[in-house]
Amino acid sequence: MTAPAEEITTRQPRSRRIGRWRVATWAPLMVLVLLCFIVTFINPNFLSFGNLVRITQSAMIPLVLGIGATFIVLMGSIDLSVEGVVTLAAVILSMLVLNGANDNNLGVLAVPIVLFTGAAVGFINGMVHVRLKVPSFMTTLGTWFIAVGAANALLGGMSTRINDPFIRGLAVVRFMGFPWGVWLALFCLLLALIIQNYTRLGRYIYALGGGEDLAALSGISTVRVRIATFTLAGAFYAVGGILAAAQLGLGNAQIGTGWLFTTITAVVVGGTSLAGGQGGVLQTLVGVLIVGVLSNGMVLMGVPPSVQIGVQGLMIIAAVALSIDRKLNRIVK
Amino acid sequence: MSAASPESVLSLVNVHKRFPGVHALKDVSIEVRRGEVIGLVGENGAGKSTLMKILSGVYQPDEGRIEIAGKETQLESAADANRKGIGMVFQEQSLLTNLTVGENIYLGNEAQFTRFGIVNWKALYAAASRQLEKIQVDVDPGVRADDLDFATRQMVELAKALTLEEHASDHLVILLDEPTSVLERAEIDVLFARVRSLKSRASFIFVSHRLDEVLDLSDRIYVMKDGAVVADLVAADANVNTLHHFMVGRSLQSDYYREPLQKPYRDEVVLEVDGLSLGQSYKNISFKLHAGEILGIAGVIGSGREELARTLVGFAPHSSGSLRVSKREVHLMSPAEAVDIGIGYIPRERRVEGLVLFLPVAANITLVGLEKLTRYGLIDAHEERRLATSWVERLRIRTPGINTLCLNLSGGNQQKVVLAKWLNANVRILILDHPTRGLDVGAKEEVYELVRAVTSEGVAVILTSDTLEETIGLSHSLLVMRDGEITHRADSQPGHKPSQIDIIGHMV
Repeated sequence: MTAPAEEITTRQPRSRRIGRWRVATWAPLMVLVLLCFIVTFINPNFLSFGNLVRITQSAMIPLVLGIGATFIVLMGSIDLSVEGVVTLAAVILSMLVLNGANDNNLGVLAVPIVLFTGAAVGFINGMVHVRLKVPSFMTTLGTWFIAVGAANALLGGMSTRINDPFIRGLAVVRFMGFPWGVWLALFCLLLALIIQNYTRLGRYIYALGGGEDLAALSGISTVRVRIATFTLAGAFYAVGGILAAAQLGLGNAQIGTGWLFTTITAVVVGGTSLAGGQGGVLQTLVGVLIVGVLSNGMVLMGVPPSVQIGVQGLMIIAAVALSIDRKLNRIVK
Repeated sequence: MSAASPESVLSLVNVHKRFPGVHALKDVSIEVRRGEVIGLVGENGAGKSTLMKILSGVYQPDEGRIEIAGKETQLESAADANRKGIGMVFQEQSLLTNLTVGENIYLGNEAQFTRFGIVNWKALYAAASRQLEKIQVDVDPGVRADDLDFATRQMVELAKALTLEEHASDHLVILLDEPTSVLERAEIDVLFARVRSLKSRASFIFVSHRLDEVLDLSDRIYVMKDGAVVADLVAADANVNTLHHFMVGRSLQSDYYREPLQKPYRDEVVLEVDGLSLGQSYKNISFKLHAGEILGIAGVIGSGREELARTLVGFAPHSSGSLRVSKREVHLMSPAEAVDIGIGYIPRERRVEGLVLFLPVAANITLVGLEKLTRYGLIDAHEERRLATSWVERLRIRTPGINTLCLNLSGGNQQKVVLAKWLNANVRILILDHPTRGLDVGAKEEVYELVRAVTSEGVAVILTSDTLEETIGLSHSLLVMRDGEITHRADSQPGHKPSQIDIIGHMV
């Protein structure tokens, strides 16, 4: 008896809300497609197979890093330790495999050690953040510099050339036209999708992003979820470090420089909300491709590098400005 | 009503305000005359806050008009309302505690003391001093607001509101929104004396849930119910009973609360509380909760019932006494422990604490006890779909599908999802914290029906509610709390429900 009345009153706002949600979710993908059209129109070389491989090569590291960061941002936190973990991972890898500086030759066995190192930094991030209640922003800012410092100390200011054929092969050897590193990044994406959609951790990350109290009241140990998520992110950054070392062919203390900005840009441009709870790793894939296609397009169009950097900066601000519902957030700090 | 009398300083004429799903104000007309204190009463959700927000410029009416001194006007913002002589003293104190009293009083109005961008603090503090003297408040304007007690802060707020007369062109109207809720008796007397002595400088609109205070202070009283003004009374001719009669409107309809569905509860005790205490919050609480029983706890803010509920959901561990769930002694240190032993919580802030708005219906329903759905570390998506679909059907949740985000559901259906979440986790005890807040009448009735259905299957419920009527109507048994202690216990069997007046007597 009362049902019709309620339906009449709710129908109109409901459709409007769904409408906004749809636009917010699909907008990045539409931007990506539009971008591809524009670049192709100006320089048809964009669609050549060689150029597509170039784009994927430049996108594989941001994708892996962005996946890790997506989980953190979904919780409503932020992780600035990306460059620190990438540097530390790359440097440790370069010193464990066949290299030009010492006699180590662990080969593939070095990979789990590096992954463990990345996860350990993430675990420390999580512990400090949760147990000492230091905001994630400050915790990870600190570990960023500690990790870079540790990498420097290990190297003593040198670079270590990587001679291991397997690691170099990630960047050089190809399968179906694409370097193995690209396939590795795609495997990471698949893994992340499974974690996001089919594990409790993934579900709980969204719940935490939706509200800390809510998650706690549903019987979720928010402390454990936070620590696990930072650990997971650290492991993904370590994969990024391995790819970076493979691409450069050496490990040095500057290898991580610049990745933090690209990572956060990709996550945000993809549409994952900085407030937490909305978005996901597929969105980050789209974000990574937007960033990648845009910079590739600017190279094809002959835009000077200084302008390219500026455009990236504009893009991150524009992405956040477009995605925020200003009616909901009256006060921004 | 629509033609304002000559001495009218502020009036609303046939004002409507709608929000998604709610018609919050229906054809509301009120009039404030020079030097008058107007009382505004109504139950939670009657539309008082919306009305106050329209008067203070926070909301704009969808229909109807606002008149100041007989001339139609618009209140674009709080600042605009201020300029037009409408000031506010809020229940949640709006003084910035990290600023001084003087800075607070002239916050946003420093321009008059400013030359070339530099504030002349001496002049500002002198002016603030004069303002405080005018209402006989003995406070140094140089002290920080957080060094003052609540009563003094309230006075400072009043002084701040009165400074509007320095810039406002018209007679002042000051909105007092629950100003007494944090004050002691003696402090209330002082506040009331000040308000009376200020009638020559301003008119007042006084909102409070304490009816005796409203009768004491006001000249005229408007009673609101379900978004409409249902009575306009001269205070001298009214008493608590008449006000209450208008607020509730209908005599208790047993049908509304599904009383015929109220079945006797079982003998099995699922929760036993004995001498439970927590610091200053509540003391020596004892009761038994049976399977299938709805136990309503009545009490005003500060009665300790909120803290008691927080203890039962694991947010505020008790300091002494005993708490037994299904005959097992427990000391709940976290919400996770409460969930583990079968206590579920339906919070008042459904959109913040009850649901993950950006997760689909299905994920919300299975959020508690997800480990049972997990095989080899992965969530069994097929089983999840099956469970969610069956709950959507059983509770008649109106949603386009189980993968719809909860964000897109109406309030009543969101509440059903929260309920489904706990039923899916097989809870034995549900704590319902204002379960119908913000819901339409129709949606409320559906929630009542579900609560009845759930209890007839043996789930025990502890209910705290916005209205006494709802608490009495739904419950099998009632506890009344005041100042942290149980002051009254009553049975509430169908056909023999206690009256609200009986219960109120033990609340205040």
